[in-house]
Amino acid sequence: MTDIQRSNWLHIGVVIALACSFFILPEYHSGNLARILVLAVYAMGYNLLFGYTGLLSLGHALFFAAGMYGLGLAMQFFDFNPIAAVIAGLILALVVSICVGFLALRTTGVAFMIVTLMFAQAGYLTILYFGEYTRGDEGFVIQQADRMVGMIDLTSPMGRFFTALLLFAICFFIIAYIVRSGFGLALVAIRENEERATMLGYDVMRLKLQAVVISGVMSGSAGAAYALLFGYAGATFATVQYSIFPLLWVLLGGAGVTIGPLIGTIFMFYLIDYSSAITPAYMLIAGLALVLLTLFAPQGLAGELRRRFLPWLP
Amino acid sequence: MASVMILETKGLSKSFGGLQANTDIDFKLQEGLITALIGPNGAGKTTFVGMLCGRIPATSGQVFFNGENISALPAHQRIRLGIAYTFQITSIFPGLSVAGNVELSLRRAQKLKTKDIGAAVQKVLAQVNLSDRADQVAKDLSYGHQRILEIAMGLAQDPKLFILDEPTQGLSESEVEEFIALIKSLAGDTTILLIEHNMDVVMKSADHIAVLNFGELLAEGTPAEIRENKSVQSAYLGTSEDA
Ligand SMILES: Nc1ncnc2c1ncn2[C@@H]1O[C@H](COP(=O)(O)OP(=O)(O)OP(=O)(O)O)[C@@H](O)[C@H]1O
Ligand SMILES: [Mg+2]
Repeated sequence: MTDIQRSNWLHIGVVIALACSFFILPEYHSGNLARILVLAVYAMGYNLLFGYTGLLSLGHALFFAAGMYGLGLAMQFFDFNPIAAVIAGLILALVVSICVGFLALRTTGVAFMIVTLMFAQAGYLTILYFGEYTRGDEGFVIQQADRMVGMIDLTSPMGRFFTALLLFAICFFIIAYIVRSGFGLALVAIRENEERATMLGYDVMRLKLQAVVISGVMSGSAGAAYALLFGYAGATFATVQYSIFPLLWVLLGGAGVTIGPLIGTIFMFYLIDYSSAITPAYMLIAGLALVLLTLFAPQGLAGELRRRFLPWLP
Repeated sequence: MASVMILETKGLSKSFGGLQANTDIDFKLQEGLITALIGPNGAGKTTFVGMLCGRIPATSGQVFFNGENISALPAHQRIRLGIAYTFQITSIFPGLSVAGNVELSLRRAQKLKTKDIGAAVQKVLAQVNLSDRADQVAKDLSYGHQRILEIAMGLAQDPKLFILDEPTQGLSESEVEEFIALIKSLAGDTTILLIEHNMDVVMKSADHIAVLNFGELLAEGTPAEIRENKSVQSAYLGTSEDA
């Protein structure tokens, strides 16, 4: 089997395993998994920029929130149906990521981190400022009755899970395709040595902008799906905390590995879930686990897997 | 013999703050030859070629490539016209395999079908005797092999003009000999501009020599002419008639 075939089977296999898990897992866990899958899409978007292109953004919550509010406000005030509202969310995320990319990419390194952080903060404050429509921190609920796509009830466990899985699978395959394409290799070249990439004739600026936009729209699709499937949009999702989350998920799961974001999101979700069952000081346990993992698996779980056993992992 | 100029500069100058690194350089590069650019440390050689390929913005002056004024083009667009550049300080993709490094160069420079890329990569690696290291991670290579890899990336671009900044630094004696044979085999189709401190390499390979000193073009000529040139000798001995 060639590496490409292996990689294809891996991606297909993961999606099939996830689909089967719905029928095997207790309802509590399959409910969690629906949420994890949506968040993993956010992390995959982040991974394209951070793990493959080497750009560390601290402002991705802005893209997540753009998708979330694009969808939420369109449904709330313009009575969009869910599909049209998802498209509205994607368009808003697209516009925001083009603007942010265009401006923030004039900087590099730490300055890029700060500029993206500031943009996200500005986005958060904008949501608060228009509290009359967005309901600020309190947020607003998207009515159960509106969350129907044809005959599919997105509020039912099954409808919710398989919609989340559909989005996940689409993004997962897109990422798998991108990282193997010439475009994906060029992004890795930028991560490895930007100056060399330029001196081979790559238009680094343009490639980076494309990476920001794809990453931003994917993150936005997660935001839109989150609002739609869980029926709520709120400014919390635009806070710094939500910009840090995908970074953590990707670091833990494995930056620059296609399955890294999924693994990282599952791991962190259950780490917090179980440790909060043991003690109210759950962040202490979670924090300790994170420190240990960074010490002993600095490339993340999937990164470690690739280093030790599966060098072909894309 | 009617000689064609592949590259020409007019009044090319660079100052870093108060430091004048290149002053008013008018230079012509003849197509198909190996031209060596020599000069003492700090003479401005790296700065000069950096302005040719767009890596360093010129303070003033113009660069023409195949008769076209490319002064306003950013680096990646100049490279796409058929210029390859190897850095004085090795610059490769450290985390990728040797083959991956060459592949990135090939993919950008040549329109190849995905199925043909592997063979094309192997062909380039064979040219520089790196075939048996194709799967090694580039950062694990010895210093000399990393420099050879960078040369291989330049070869993969199949450039019209190949600019090499002290390529033989850190190579073993036998590797230097292989390098000389390699660039001689390229000359004709490819124009080579070679910055080199190793006079043995210069004398063995160059058809033409240009000497840079204190940011100015001091002399030009055949290897024999340059060897006889009094001001070149004094520049290299670090003395100057009017000091
Ligand atoms: N980025 C920079 N900023 C400030 N000064 C610089 C810069 N780059 C080069 N210089 C200065 O410009 C002068 C020319 O440098 P350059 O590197 O072009 O010389 P060189 O001929 O390549 O020397 P060497 O043989 O040591 O490589 C030197 O005095 C150097 O210190
Ligand atoms: Mg130099």
